Amino acid sequence: MNLQVKPIFSALRHHKAGTLLIALQIALTLAIVCNALFIIQQRISLLTRPSGVDEAHLIRVMNGWVGASDKDVGPLMQSDLDTLRRLPGVVDAYATNATPLSGGGWATGMHSKPDGKGKRVQTAIYFSDAHTLDTLGLKLVAGRNFHASEVQGFLPNDTLQPPQIIVTRALADNLFSDGHAVGKVVYLGKKPSTIIGVVARLQVPWVASWASNWEGNSTLVPRQMLTNGTNYVIRVRDGQLQKVLHSAPAALLAADRMRVIPDDQGVVTFEQMRAKAYKSDRGMAILMGVICTVLLAITAAGIVGLTSFWVGQRRKQIGVRRALGATRHDILGYFLTENLLIGIAGVAIGGALAVGMNQWLMHAFEMQRLSWPWIAGGVVVLLLLGQAAVLAPALRASNVPPVVATRSV
Amino acid sequence: MFAYYLDLALRSLKRNKGLTALMVLAIALGIGASMTTLTVLHVLSGDPLPGRSATLYYPQLDPRSLEDMRPGEAPPKQVSWMDGMNLLKAGRADRQALMTGGAVAVSPPDAAIDPFFERARYTTRDFFPMFDVPFLYGHAWSRADDNNDARLVVLSYRINERLFGGADSTGKVLRMGGKDFRIVGVLKPWRPAPHFYDLMTGDYSNSEGVYLPLLTATDLKFPFNGSRDCWGNSANVDQKTAQCTWLQFWVQLDTPAKAAAYKQFLDNYSRQQKSQGVYQRDPNVRLPDLMQWLDYNQVVPSDVQMQFWLALGFLVVCLVNTIGLMLAKFLRRAGELGVRRALGASRRSIFAQLLVEAGAVGLVGGIGGLLLALAGLGLVRMQATDYAPLAHLDMSMLGATMLLAVVATLFAGLLPAWRACLIPPALQLKSN
Repeated sequence: MNLQVKPIFSALRHHKAGTLLIALQIALTLAIVCNALFIIQQRISLLTRPSGVDEAHLIRVMNGWVGASDKDVGPLMQSDLDTLRRLPGVVDAYATNATPLSGGGWATGMHSKPDGKGKRVQTAIYFSDAHTLDTLGLKLVAGRNFHASEVQGFLPNDTLQPPQIIVTRALADNLFSDGHAVGKVVYLGKKPSTIIGVVARLQVPWVASWASNWEGNSTLVPRQMLTNGTNYVIRVRDGQLQKVLHSAPAALLAADRMRVIPDDQGVVTFEQMRAKAYKSDRGMAILMGVICTVLLAITAAGIVGLTSFWVGQRRKQIGVRRALGATRHDILGYFLTENLLIGIAGVAIGGALAVGMNQWLMHAFEMQRLSWPWIAGGVVVLLLLGQAAVLAPALRASNVPPVVATRSV
Repeated sequence: MFAYYLDLALRSLKRNKGLTALMVLAIALGIGASMTTLTVLHVLSGDPLPGRSATLYYPQLDPRSLEDMRPGEAPPKQVSWMDGMNLLKAGRADRQALMTGGAVAVSPPDAAIDPFFERARYTTRDFFPMFDVPFLYGHAWSRADDNNDARLVVLSYRINERLFGGADSTGKVLRMGGKDFRIVGVLKPWRPAPHFYDLMTGDYSNSEGVYLPLLTATDLKFPFNGSRDCWGNSANVDQKTAQCTWLQFWVQLDTPAKAAAYKQFLDNYSRQQKSQGVYQRDPNVRLPDLMQWLDYNQVVPSDVQMQFWLALGFLVVCLVNTIGLMLAKFLRRAGELGVRRALGASRRSIFAQLLVEAGAVGLVGGIGGLLLALAGLGLVRMQATDYAPLAHLDMSMLGATMLLAVVATLFAGLLPAWRACLIPPALQLKSN
């Protein structure tokens, strides 16, 4: 093999343009494929994050009362919850402003001292009652649940400073590094809130990148938002999901007609909410996958095309070499080595391009830094692709009989 | 001559069907991908009000407390009720409107249709002339109705279709949130993209279904829909005096001089509020125009931009691929070209002949790319995003697609054609 490198270089000097084009194509393909695969990996790691709730058994019903003022809402909500909890197949239910994966909610700063002073962490606020942990299937890792007596109504313009709150472990770790959050005091406003319980995990309502730094920081407050619109979250028994999807809105409408449950997204399972929340991430990952596949196919086809041309052009030289004693194996090795050399030049440039492109994506789109294994993987893939693509034309070349050398055309 | 070159080109393309198909396919894929993403980018970063956007401005004030203040911080993205009302009453601009988003429960006059919630815009009346909102029937409410709690409503085309089958409904009564409103106007289909006047309720969301006078809606305590940012810790429950920003205020200023004067006015206003102890911070005002405001808010999703750049990279690879294949193809025909040269064809005519061949590949690839772009946009429209329904190819983008395909392929043909016409005729004839 080593002996062949020198003639290869001298042959390539006669095909400067073609050589450069293949190398350039390999380089560009490597740069794009590395970054595209990296984007796919990032999106997949996003959409496999657990929300912390028992998604397989949960339903959300959006409800708005017609003509009810805020002060009527408390009793209406209570009677709706009684209706829902009594339904066959229902484990438990509660009313809230927002849920994980819903994409809308309340975020605020939580402070270690009153009046916005001291250490600050960003948190999502979930309105809850004593049934919330049971309904969502949240695991309490320390402390206790809310008592029914602690749950109060909350009007839209009230100031939120409940005496008791439950936080997620992520939030507790952010605020108190010693791992003992229960019994500690934090501030949403002027008045203190005591952390009475800690749950293992509860994702914030937003899955977008702007919330990714605090996506596990959630706070449960023992309050019921008394506004015209609310969300009921219902947990069902195994195998009862489809039944309750129909019976829950029907039961609510039977109890009181003066309400609106939107046709679109009014009654959804959490699995549907997850699919919707991550639809654009999944779409992006699929698109990147398609681009990578097509790009690799086109690059391979280009290599096949150009190498075939070279084989056709050099038929006579190949015949001469064969007549002078070169084996088929030598000819095959020649073209494979030639492609490997071009490929190595291509991936060397391509690696640098991939890093440069990643730098630019980081700058323009807040992407993360591409790690070396991705580039190394891309290099291997492209070199193998080049070898596979060149195999067919090289085999054809190795089949050129020595007698070609004696023909004039 | 062109017809002859075209004939030669088609013959040559037919001779290597596989290679031709590969070139056409590469061009079509590259063009299809870049035109799909470019069209989406073009639709999303477009001017929602062409011709008017340069005279529309979005004043920003900073009424917040000193807590959490960071030097050089941008003012809030919305205004408080008090500031909005003060600026509205000052009336220093050619037109001005104070507005916010909401949701109302609509009880259809036809009892067979269930009541439903509809997104609403609570606004003062200049909204309509300022944004050039087209009316199908009727007109906006009067300036006087802005201030007298008038129970009037303007319906969107969509809602009028749904409730009244598209008939002229002006003068009729519509029950919303348990109160009766008289319909004064019905709009023509109107959906500015982006939803520039209120980015808090979705950058590319559909226009609202009903439009109510701001004061009427707030006095009736109709539900609010949007973002509310508060400061301080007062337990104030009245949204009209609370220390919160939750409204959008837009002004129309017809000349740059007026815009400069208005900015000065905002500065003076802030200074005055501070001297009266209402503001705690030094004046911190901004007056972006519409396009600057969209830019500042980065409304074009970064995924869409990233897709465009990756598709463009994809096109470059496809073009490099085509250059390589064309080079191989042209040089393979060295013998034929040598004969043509020996028979008297000039270098120039060989060059032209080969470029016609490249152009033919580009044209076919462009048509393929166009079909792929149409299919790609169809896929985009099936997505669940707010902007999905907007993804359509317009005439200008259609022309751009074909132009890009042909120009790109001609460009790709330049190097191979130039190399091929350098072939010395004698040498080729001899070796044959």
